[in-house]
Amino acid sequence: MSKTVLDLWVGLFVIAGVAALLFLALKVGSMSTVNTSDSYQVIARFDNIGGLKSRAPVKSAGVVVGRVADISFDNETFEAAVTLRLDKRYAFPKDTTAAIMTSGLLGEQYIGLEAGGDSLKLKDKDRILITQSAVVLENLIGQFLYGKAQEGAPE
Amino acid sequence: MSTTFGWERSVLRRSIENLGQRTIQGVWRIGFAARFFLATLLHSGTAFRRFGLTIREIYFSGVLSLIIILVSGLFVGMVLGLQGYETLQTYGSEEALGVLVALSLVRELGPVVAALLFASRAGSAITAEIGLMKATEQLSAMEMMAVDPIARVVAPRFWAGVISMPLLAALFSAMGIFGGYLVGVQLIGVDEGSFWSQMQSAVDFEQDILNGVIKSVVFGIAITAIALFEGYDAPPTAEGVSGATTRTVVTSSLVVLALDFVLTAFMFRGLN
Repeated sequence: MSKTVLDLWVGLFVIAGVAALLFLALKVGSMSTVNTSDSYQVIARFDNIGGLKSRAPVKSAGVVVGRVADISFDNETFEAAVTLRLDKRYAFPKDTTAAIMTSGLLGEQYIGLEAGGDSLKLKDKDRILITQSAVVLENLIGQFLYGKAQEGAPE
Repeated sequence: MSTTFGWERSVLRRSIENLGQRTIQGVWRIGFAARFFLATLLHSGTAFRRFGLTIREIYFSGVLSLIIILVSGLFVGMVLGLQGYETLQTYGSEEALGVLVALSLVRELGPVVAALLFASRAGSAITAEIGLMKATEQLSAMEMMAVDPIARVVAPRFWAGVISMPLLAALFSAMGIFGGYLVGVQLIGVDEGSFWSQMQSAVDFEQDILNGVIKSVVFGIAITAIALFEGYDAPPTAEGVSGATTRTVVTSSLVVLALDFVLTAFMFRGLN
């Protein structure tokens, strides 16, 4: 085999190997950037996002309509600011509500959108005003126990 | 009394002698292997100064192993996808399929299975080649011409193996994840976004991917060093070369598995 053909193959091999490493680092690992084509962003503020993760699905009527793009903490209102990236094909009324739901009892968390009745639609960089925080199971159990204890207390 | 136990005593004596001889031989062989490894490292200059020699060996041990690595990676990933889905759907968490496939490939299966394949595909070839070079006295001929066979023959093969192994392991993992994606998302219909998003939030670059690369580098060093030593140490007969080739595959596979345990114990002990 001639030397140049051999060099070419080894070069291709090294390129493929490095590409595989990059694929592992960028696509599989957590060093990823998300593309911004054909989507618009809206912001929703929540008191508590529970275990919501970046890139979690945003669903409306059970259909995936977008992804969570970014989660940050607002140090002035002490709320979580969640940026949703929604598909351009789906437009939602201005008074749409966002709630953090859990798929199954222990499944992953997602954001559920429920459309309102406004004739104006949500635009890029708009805010969803009505939100509902994640249900924290421990708080729920705590409230239940507290309620039970109150019931049993003497008047 | 003592005369009746005479022959038993001689049997005992002979078996103890046997044990002693084997121990001395074993220690001598370990010492020889260590000196050989050191000599390879010390004579590595040529492998980098005349990098063409190393490139040639990368072709033979890396590029020619590509097919088996890629195909096995794809199938391992596809089987992981099927089996993982079967188990995960019992708990209603099919979306975690991406995490399962990626973590098991990047942390363990990628480096280890790629190393086992590399040992049987490239390690055996290295041993057979060097063993035959020794049997046909090519190595002695080189020495006669004042060419150091360790610098000219052994070191380029060593560095070629060390360079090829991490690349092959990365390709194996990437192919495996692609196979898991094919089966999980395209065939079974797990949500694509959750597949990738859960994978990305669970796989850490430093903790998982980098540790996998470190593992594959260590395996590359171990396999090529064993293959080269077995070839160099092989008795110069047809039988000797075939025995050495078998020993290369067996020893390097066992060493890879043992090293994997040790490395895993160090790397992932503190993880939850």
